[in-house]
Amino acid sequence: MKILTFFSLFSTFLSANSINVEENAGQFFSSGHTNNWAVLVCTSRFWFNYRHVANTLSVYRSVKRLGIPDSHIVLMLADDMACNHRNPKPATVFSHKNMELNVYGDDVEVDYRGYEVTVENFLRVLTGRLPPSTPRSKRLLSDDRSNILIYLTGHGGNGFLKFQDSEEISNVELADAFEQMWQKRRYNELLFIIDTCQGASMYERFYSPNLMALASSQVGEDSLSHQPDLAIGVHLMDRYTFYLLEFLEDIHPASKANMKDLFKVCPKSQCVSTPGHRTDLFLRDPGSALITDFFGSVRKVEITMETINLTDLIKEAEQKNIHTTANLQFPPLHLSSFLPYLTPYPQKPKQKDWHPPDGFILGLWTLILLVFFKTYGIKHLKHIF
Amino acid sequence: MAITMPLSSIIHKQPQKQRDKWPSNDFQEELVIRPLHSGDIYASFQFRTLWETDFMRGNKVSHYRLFPKSLGQVISKFSVRELHISFTQGYWRTMQWGQPFLPSPPGAELWVWFQDSVTDVDGTWKELTNVLSGIFCASLNFIDSTNTVQPSASFKPLGIGNVTDHSFLRYATLPREIVCTENLTPWKKLLPCGSKAGLAVLLKSEKLFHSSFHSQAVHIRPVCQDWQCKTTSWELRQTLNVVFDLHTPGQGKREWSLFKMFSRTLTEACPLASSSKIYIDITDNPQGEQFEVSPATPLLSQAMVLGDRRTFSVYDLTQQITFGTVRSLNLLIRWKSSEDMLRPLLHGERYVAGYGLQTGEIHTLMYNNHPYRSFPVLLLDSVPWYLRLYIHTLTVASKGKDNKPSYIHYQPSKDRVRPHLLEMLVQLPPNSVTEVTVQFERALLKWTEYTPDPNHGFYVGSSVISSLVPSIVAMDTNSTREQPLFSSFFPCKEESSYFVRVYTEPLLVNLPTPDFSMPYNVICLTCTVVAVGYGSLYNLLTRSFQIDEPSPGLAKRIANIIRKMRGVPPL
Repeated sequence: MKILTFFSLFSTFLSANSINVEENAGQFFSSGHTNNWAVLVCTSRFWFNYRHVANTLSVYRSVKRLGIPDSHIVLMLADDMACNHRNPKPATVFSHKNMELNVYGDDVEVDYRGYEVTVENFLRVLTGRLPPSTPRSKRLLSDDRSNILIYLTGHGGNGFLKFQDSEEISNVELADAFEQMWQKRRYNELLFIIDTCQGASMYERFYSPNLMALASSQVGEDSLSHQPDLAIGVHLMDRYTFYLLEFLEDIHPASKANMKDLFKVCPKSQCVSTPGHRTDLFLRDPGSALITDFFGSVRKVEITMETINLTDLIKEAEQKNIHTTANLQFPPLHLSSFLPYLTPYPQKPKQKDWHPPDGFILGLWTLILLVFFKTYGIKHLKHIF
Repeated sequence: MAITMPLSSIIHKQPQKQRDKWPSNDFQEELVIRPLHSGDIYASFQFRTLWETDFMRGNKVSHYRLFPKSLGQVISKFSVRELHISFTQGYWRTMQWGQPFLPSPPGAELWVWFQDSVTDVDGTWKELTNVLSGIFCASLNFIDSTNTVQPSASFKPLGIGNVTDHSFLRYATLPREIVCTENLTPWKKLLPCGSKAGLAVLLKSEKLFHSSFHSQAVHIRPVCQDWQCKTTSWELRQTLNVVFDLHTPGQGKREWSLFKMFSRTLTEACPLASSSKIYIDITDNPQGEQFEVSPATPLLSQAMVLGDRRTFSVYDLTQQITFGTVRSLNLLIRWKSSEDMLRPLLHGERYVAGYGLQTGEIHTLMYNNHPYRSFPVLLLDSVPWYLRLYIHTLTVASKGKDNKPSYIHYQPSKDRVRPHLLEMLVQLPPNSVTEVTVQFERALLKWTEYTPDPNHGFYVGSSVISSLVPSIVAMDTNSTREQPLFSSFFPCKEESSYFVRVYTEPLLVNLPTPDFSMPYNVICLTCTVVAVGYGSLYNLLTRSFQIDEPSPGLAKRIANIIRKMRGVPPL
């Protein structure tokens, strides 16, 4: 008797579970993004800018640890610090003093290095306009379901970021590049983090949807560096990225921490500058966006011993559609049916130049001619007509 | 020689079967350790994969086992016959360390022989460099026509094939290229066992780059499978040479161990390897008076290295007894005394002379240290276009007297298109120094052509000196007998001489640098002048003056109102 009740309970539990699993399988296909990319750029050259390379490498390390593979990371380092002849410990880049953490590691792949890190190459990587012989590891092969993390660090000012001490990228160019990415459907959601002086000026001009931006300091403030190491002789990290790294070390691939926690990283007491963020272009609530949506590469895996009948799900969906649209067949797909999706979000209206109303110029010239002939006599008119 | 006799009696004889055919897919790894006379230690890794397949004539190969797929696809797509690429950090000091097993210039060097089926060699070369820059994470995409040359006599193919058409050969160096962990990582990923098992376990970047010299290379070429050369197979050799400095670890003791060098010991051989061996050069130590090797091994081997017969202790990692009871192998070499080493026979140096930023002179010195034999050397010089060589000032002098080269090939440079190429065949008299001098003038580049740090200077690649050097000992030209892998570095066609290539230092030359703030200054100044000049002129032409009465005071205003009421003219 007991066995029978137990068995009946067990079977109901199993059937309930299988329905749950089928539901989950349905949800499986309805998530927002399917892959993650990261573009990490260090723009400074020379040994005393060691900290910028350490910044970029610490974000690289976190991103790799949380699951994004090397093939999906475009790492650009403008100078080589690890094997620099001034480095007392070659093949290492430290982020903490007393050489606690080597962020360079043993398994690093740098895609753009040295003189290759230029504004032109950076914009070409973002927009995808690269020469045909560029290898895959140097391309950003994202699609419209990719979440991209872009991290920039270096020396900057109000409205610009300096590349390699010889050129700069302005916030307008960056905003236009992101708009090009949006129009070419190269991202689903984009997180932009910048750690430079006056970093907030770089995200002021963004106007494309689905962008979230974080900066280490406001306009008029300088971002400061953290701590020097006396053995190496330079400052090792910038404050904002140092506390960002400490925050990310606590995140694991299954973590449920969201973006609001990221905004709290490095308050003014620790950072001396005021970090800023911008979420008005982001369509979801930042509290619902997980950190691992951008920093990790989460693969949704549901382990089940049941067999799931996928064809049933499709038939169910079809039947639902039939009931609602009262169509027995699906109509053939036309481009016109996609037009509503091509511009789903209202964009900021572009500022048009003012033109005078139509016909104004014509009227003006008629007036001038009439006045001319009134003054000098009607006989000149016949030279014209 | 009497001392070597008892040694030869205990030489472990490999089964003397003549290897008729190597297996179709074979991987071998070995490590050669050579203590140098200055106390430093030279370690040379070689990983060789042989694969009997046909990449030529566009055959589609799809099943890869030991041979890495990325390189196989590169060979078949770009119709490559031979590919040699090396990344080096540091300069090989020939006078202190002797000759290396496989020489390489500082920076990156790439030379490729294409197959005859290629129609556009320059276009294929450009695509190949881009693809290789992605595979090895290096900036090889900076190789273009301004630093590529077509040598006409140096760099003959190392594999099979009687090719004489040098239009299929391309050679380029990037002396500025940095080598770091990001180049080692993809290099390690090409190995069949990766860096997980076998000798590759020792390749830890923190120790490898903390050394005086580090060079990693990939060599691909077709080789004969057997003595009659009926079938060919493709050979991929990945080599890594490193020289560890005695004083770097901080200890004063002259003692080396695998753990001290690589921070690792060995526990097993790579399961995919058919042979996995370590050789320690004990030629200078026949009775153990110079240094002591532990754990001792009865296995010995002899091989011809650079015209000299050398003896090696062999540790076979595929045998379990090598690892002993602790299941790990940590070789220890303890020095007792040292003596001077033999001077290498061929040595080269190069430097820039002169002062100022307009002209200069390049001096190349070639030393022949053989007491009575003279031999010819082929000197290859590739100088960038912005150093304009005056070839009419080229002089070659040995022992003060003029030494006319028997073959000169010179291709002048074209601004921004191609570099200078100078190849000369010079006979070096015995026990002498030959000096080659040529004057040059520095060009002023366009301001956008300068690198972001132009005050560092511009690099000129190393000169290559290739020669057949007479050897002291007669050598065996039979190449198919069972031999250590490293003896294939020293191919000898004749018994009395061996092939040697020496690289000189790269040069660092300062070019006249403009003041990069001038465009900004010019814009500011011009705008100011135009604004002041035009503004003044405009004002002169259009400004008119009007007399403006000051408004009267309060009392006056009231008085004027009263006067107006009275009908009297105002004040």
